[in-house]
Amino acid sequence: MSLAIHCQNIVKTYTTDGQQVVALNGVDLDIALGELMMLVGPSGCGKTTLISIIAGILNQDSGRCELFGEDFQSMSNKDQLRFRAVNIGFVFQAYNLLPSLNAAENVSVPLIINGMKRSVAERKAKDVLAQVGLGERTQSLPAQLSGGQQQRVAIARALVHSPRLIVCDEPTSALDHKSGHNVMELLKQVAVQHDRVLVIVTHDARIFSFADRIAEMDDGHIVKISNQTSHHLDR
Amino acid sequence: MAQVQVRTQWLPINGIVYTLDSDENIATQSRTTIHREPQTMNHIALKMLMGDKGKYLGIVMGLTFASLIMTQQPAIFVGLMARSYSFISDVGLPDIWVMDSKVQFIDDIKPLQETELYRVRGISGVEWAMPLYKGLLKVRLADGTFQTCNVIGLDDTTLVGGPAVMLEGTLADLRRSDAVIVDIDGARDKLGKPSPESGGKNIPLKIGDSLELNDHRATIVGIAKVTRTFQSQPVIYTTYSRAKSYAPRERRLLSFVLVKVKAGQDPQELIERIRATTGLAAYTQDGFKTLTYNYFMKNTGIPINFGITIALGFIVGTAIAGQTFYNFTLENLRQFGVLKAMGASNGSLLRMILLQAVLVGSIGYGLGVGLAALFGFAMRHTILAFKMPWQLLVFSGAGVGLICIIAALISILKVIRLEPAIVFKS
Repeated sequence: MSLAIHCQNIVKTYTTDGQQVVALNGVDLDIALGELMMLVGPSGCGKTTLISIIAGILNQDSGRCELFGEDFQSMSNKDQLRFRAVNIGFVFQAYNLLPSLNAAENVSVPLIINGMKRSVAERKAKDVLAQVGLGERTQSLPAQLSGGQQQRVAIARALVHSPRLIVCDEPTSALDHKSGHNVMELLKQVAVQHDRVLVIVTHDARIFSFADRIAEMDDGHIVKISNQTSHHLDR
Repeated sequence: MAQVQVRTQWLPINGIVYTLDSDENIATQSRTTIHREPQTMNHIALKMLMGDKGKYLGIVMGLTFASLIMTQQPAIFVGLMARSYSFISDVGLPDIWVMDSKVQFIDDIKPLQETELYRVRGISGVEWAMPLYKGLLKVRLADGTFQTCNVIGLDDTTLVGGPAVMLEGTLADLRRSDAVIVDIDGARDKLGKPSPESGGKNIPLKIGDSLELNDHRATIVGIAKVTRTFQSQPVIYTTYSRAKSYAPRERRLLSFVLVKVKAGQDPQELIERIRATTGLAAYTQDGFKTLTYNYFMKNTGIPINFGITIALGFIVGTAIAGQTFYNFTLENLRQFGVLKAMGASNGSLLRMILLQAVLVGSIGYGLGVGLAALFGFAMRHTILAFKMPWQLLVFSGAGVGLICIIAALISILKVIRLEPAIVFKS
């Protein structure tokens, strides 16, 4: 199985109120194509910092992080943006849909950033919305949709440009059990592919069963990596 | 990998290629090392701007207020300054005004000897030269009070320098005994007869009514429309000889010599010749207006008073519009962060903010200028001075543009410095 993400000895520190806080302290992590990896751990353990570095929206202080064999730090800013635009899809805890755009327009944004004409992009967006079960709500504004529906739109937006990495930050934490389960079912069904990798940051133990592997983090380290079955056994 | 048909605008970089058929439908997708330039995100920018109607209206209203105050106050200033030389504009026929060399503005009368008129007439290049009396005289009103008026004495024969617009009567009626023409604003207001009812409006003067000028009887033979003067005093036209009889006895009473330049004669050359021959000052109509305008600019507090108002309008407008626009950007920072995380460049976001700024700026400017024009139109029959030349529109447009640029720049800096990782913060 080929490697999608290779992180080696990643260190990241922040300065808060004049004090240095070590967010990541020598993190090593490899994730293979086709894998659904979950990052779990207590608040402040460095999960979000790690996915930000993996997704190229934050630079590490030291260490090496390669995504599909490319190192963000060796790219120009312009190439980083393009690489991100093409290869990465995001699903956020707070959905982060643009409130004044309807569902189809929201989903079409990554395609427009990637250079597709608006009319073509919206057509494509409607197809993907139909795949996530929102074919009838393409003209609805985010405020007119339930939390679960908004997260479906966010998933459609993350998938529409067929990225090779999908990064999800607490995708179910704002949803009730049933909606969260449905969202994970959907992700598993439409997002997991042999040539794509999903990294999900979560606190939500109810969805651990969807993971292929689970990396537990604490205090800026990965303390344990287990496959889904063994994690269940540990629990 | 199979060879795919790609369009020339696709650029090489890691990513996906969308192969489009003739109708721009996505025919196939495959991953390769080709990527196309981003499309403009104008529609996203506009929807973000107008999505929250309240905030959108707030920004537009701030800019409308700034534009209004930066147009209306200067328009009053320009109108007031134009009144300083309104009499020169009204006397349209002569090309050159000749006067004492110490005269600083139109109402700064330093009378000349009558012989100066004949000296000017004798200079080559002069088609004709006519005398003009201009002085402030007191008129005794029917209720016994006095009103200071601008009395203009026109050449008895030609009546050169008379009002261009006669509302009642004719200019030639000035040749009748004791004849005077009064301006309509003066006839209605300051020279009007007291109302029989207490607190009622004055009864306008009409043809046939009499005035008392320095113990001389004057009969109104016409009503004229003239541009209001700086001090908004009534204007009374009569003949030169009659004006001299109204004026207090002085050795010199000739205020100005009005000169028409012969065809083919360069006015500037003639001015130099008049100055050299007579030692008097001579100006073209525009030159005399400039002299008067400059005097008021340098020697009155008007420019600084209006300057402060305009500057305050600019600062308040910038504060309101800039702050609202900046807040709008701050509130949308997460949205910009999402776009940035998804690969939108700083250039794209900058263009979005500029488009938003240009749009609200244009609408605010248009509304502000429209309201200022409406104000001027509504006040056209009042004493208020109001003039809105195209240069003023350029000025206020530049002011509003500057406000938008400042607001957009502050917002752009915020967005450029924005860490896209903000999107992961709940």
